[in-house]
Amino acid sequence: MKALRRYLDKIKPNFEKGGKLYKFKSVFEGFETFLFVPNKTTFTGSHVRDAIDMKRTMIIVVMALMPAMLFGMWNVGYQHYTALGLEETLPLTFWYGFLKVLPLILVSYIVGLGIEFAFAQIRGHEINEGFLVSGMLIPLIVPVTIPLWMVAVATAFAVIIGKEVFGGTGMNIVNPALTARAFLFFAYPKQMSGEIWVSGLEGEKLVDGYSGATAMAQATTTIDMNKSLEVAKQVGDSDLVSSLQSQIGATIDGLPSAYDAFMGWIPGSIGETSTLAILLGAIVLIFTGIGSLRIMLSVFAGGFLMGLLLNAVAVNPYMEIDAYYHLLIGGFAFGAVFMATDPVTASQTARGKIIYGFLIGVIAVIIRVLNPAYPEGMMLAILLMNVFAPLIDHYVVQGNIKRRLKRAKA
Amino acid sequence: MSLFSSKNMKLLRDPLGDSNPITVQVLGICSALAVTAKLEPAVVMAISVMAVMAFSNVLISMLRNTVPNRIRIIVQLVIIAALVILVDQVLKAFVYDVSKQLSVFVGLIITNCIIMGRLEAFALGNKPWPSFLDGIGNAAGYGIILIIVAFFRELLGSGTVWGMEVFGHKSADVAESTGLYSVGYVDNGLMILPPMALITVGIIIWVQRSRSKNLIESN
Repeated sequence: MKALRRYLDKIKPNFEKGGKLYKFKSVFEGFETFLFVPNKTTFTGSHVRDAIDMKRTMIIVVMALMPAMLFGMWNVGYQHYTALGLEETLPLTFWYGFLKVLPLILVSYIVGLGIEFAFAQIRGHEINEGFLVSGMLIPLIVPVTIPLWMVAVATAFAVIIGKEVFGGTGMNIVNPALTARAFLFFAYPKQMSGEIWVSGLEGEKLVDGYSGATAMAQATTTIDMNKSLEVAKQVGDSDLVSSLQSQIGATIDGLPSAYDAFMGWIPGSIGETSTLAILLGAIVLIFTGIGSLRIMLSVFAGGFLMGLLLNAVAVNPYMEIDAYYHLLIGGFAFGAVFMATDPVTASQTARGKIIYGFLIGVIAVIIRVLNPAYPEGMMLAILLMNVFAPLIDHYVVQGNIKRRLKRAKA
Repeated sequence: MSLFSSKNMKLLRDPLGDSNPITVQVLGICSALAVTAKLEPAVVMAISVMAVMAFSNVLISMLRNTVPNRIRIIVQLVIIAALVILVDQVLKAFVYDVSKQLSVFVGLIITNCIIMGRLEAFALGNKPWPSFLDGIGNAAGYGIILIIVAFFRELLGSGTVWGMEVFGHKSADVAESTGLYSVGYVDNGLMILPPMALITVGIIIWVQRSRSKNLIESN
């Protein structure tokens, strides 16, 4: 470490004002503060000092993502070997997934950080660490089968349009990682449909009856089937009715069990399958005070209550799925823990957080169950509520002011 | 005053740059989003708007001293509507396919705020020839943005420019595709959707504002 420090001190003058590499000052500072605790002290006024700064915050979130990422890597390998009907040892399974996931992570970081560095240079800002988390989130919320160039394009779009145009880290309206996913979802719907999300299956002989579809994609097909069923019932085609009914029943029965969905050995986007691994991350976030417990709980509550409400109405088989099951499949838990709690785009007030989280849960389940075009509602629900978060805060603050004024008058 | 004095030329030039109706005044956005998925309808739309705008400006300018102030809006609307119907008929007669693609948006030229805006702001107070130039200039400013947006949307969204395949031929089977499509390139479906037109216009505004010193606001 000492040698590194000496080296940095040696090359530092080049980046000072007047040095020949002055224009790369922000890059140098970015790396220096990345490696060492900054030794800058302020000269005027008093400042509250805290051990936590943005870099630490970001690193903790990345650490909280580790269980989901490591599990995701293993699961990529597991899904691959299962589809081929093979059983492999744990290290080999993990290694397969590691090789598949690592390029996605690298592409996301290189493209994202490259753009961040470029913008910091152009604007003369210091480089900040805002992308450390987004760069980790993006590979975890895409299917492993996604081509790398699509990840690169989506990351560039998310960083430029989702973040930099608003002024960079901390100024964005919507979550950059979800912006990247939404971009992929609308731009390349075929790759994001959830039909086959298991890597390395081309030209291989698969196990009989293997589908590879995600739970969300399977469940969504029942919405359309149910529509055909209604039509068939009206026409009175009894053969078609019975065949459709058995198809819907088979699809619903074919969904992974709640235990499998909780543990996460099911097909899906890389980081979102295992609710258990996500909850481990959630504990880290809550314990360090970085993620808001209030938001997480209210998202789960919102989804669960909406599930119960749909159970009560239950006009199609998808609605009859147990309410808690919605919390386990798809990106619900991942979104609730890592996306909805993004401190920049979430509501800031205590009561606002509850309203914000609750509505995310409610809308996510509504989109899932009622709209066959969008299998996964979590992404759209969070993006929508991101936009509404300032409005919620505004009314919470105004309500508070009114209440206090009233008390002062009385 | 000569026909092409520098003052008159400024009327033509300004709307292309620092007072562009779309990127600076942010008018006429709706049609810019609706007709720019492909280059051909965008060009036809730009020409249609130019015809309507130039002639309505001339007509209103000629009537400007006789139209009572209180009913001027309705007179403007009648003139624009008549011209739009003419344009619509011409399009149906000569480029029927494009006219079908443009559907209601030709009719909606009547409500294009740029046209009304120029009539109110310019034609009512100026002579016919400058009004004509102002109409042409603003329509060109509108048209050029439409064409830029449509170019990128068609190129990235459908892989074509004016219907010609630029990135190679795509077919459902990868083996039969040529060019970029054979190595796994896929068209960007988002470019076809209207939100991307808005984002493209936004990017053009961004580029223009960071290049043009007059447009940088102090704060």
